Amino acid sequence: MRFSVLVDIQLREGIADPAGSTIERVLPVLGYEGISDVSVGKTIRFEIEAVDAASARVMVGDLTDSFLTNPVIERAQLSVELSTSGSSS
Amino acid sequence: MSAVVGVVVFPGTNCEIDTIEAVNNLGGIGRIIWHGDDDLSGVDAVIVPGGFAYGDYLRPGAIARFSPAMNAVSRFARCGGPVVGICNGFQILTEAGLLPGALQKNNGLRFICEPVLVRVESPDSILTREIEAGSELTIPINHFEGNFTCDSYTLAELKGEERILFRYVDNPNGSIDNIAGICNSERNVIGLMPHPERACEELLGSSDGAILFNSLLKSL
Repeated sequence: MRFSVLVDIQLREGIADPAGSTIERVLPVLGYEGISDVSVGKTIRFEIEAVDAASARVMVGDLTDSFLTNPVIERAQLSVELSTSGSSS
Repeated sequence: MSAVVGVVVFPGTNCEIDTIEAVNNLGGIGRIIWHGDDDLSGVDAVIVPGGFAYGDYLRPGAIARFSPAMNAVSRFARCGGPVVGICNGFQILTEAGLLPGALQKNNGLRFICEPVLVRVESPDSILTREIEAGSELTIPINHFEGNFTCDSYTLAELKGEERILFRYVDNPNGSIDNIAGICNSERNVIGLMPHPERACEELLGSSDGAILFNSLLKSL
């Protein structure tokens, strides 16, 4: 089975997010008020072959902990869904 | 016989020539270690120099640590071999798990390239044994992600074991506890953000970095 994966990586609480705070600081200049808690992270998307959703999640979890994130400063939310790309084997 | 210092080069490394020059001028023999090689035979110490290994893609050091050369460096370090990571090399050593903590973006979101005053906190390392604790050295920094961070447990351990080797006199990047360089608990693996190889001749504004290289070469 083929799954579409989205890994949403954000900085952990307490880790400086100068990009987020810089964006937040300029928003009032552009006339946008009432916006807070801006954080800048990154998303990584890929397709993965696995026997079922559970094993896909285990693989993606391992990959995320060991490579895609640095757990000292980052945390991730994972989304693993059956692929609709049509190239499934 | 002169000590051989292996200098690891990844795609994107840009401080290897300066590092080799500093080692050679001080009586050592600098030898390039290509990232695809996993052979460190004949090497007495390893320096992982600065730059932007693998373009800093994903995170600084995240991809470099999987290279054959870094596997060899990890084995070398675990057998007690001296390993020094400078700037991007420090980032690579934290990603490889050879040093604790991580380097996050500078406070203020500025790439900083300037000479800074660095205080030597402990002479108990291969890089600082020729220097008295409290000595202040002028060494340039050149980084965007040099803001050292770690959890409170790790920080307490670093302090308790006197593993903070260098502190900024005037913190330029927001590093926790003004940390500019640390070592592992065995004290053979060292990481620092300042570039001593760029401060080995008066012509460059400071020769204080040569004291660190001399210390390293004398201990081999």
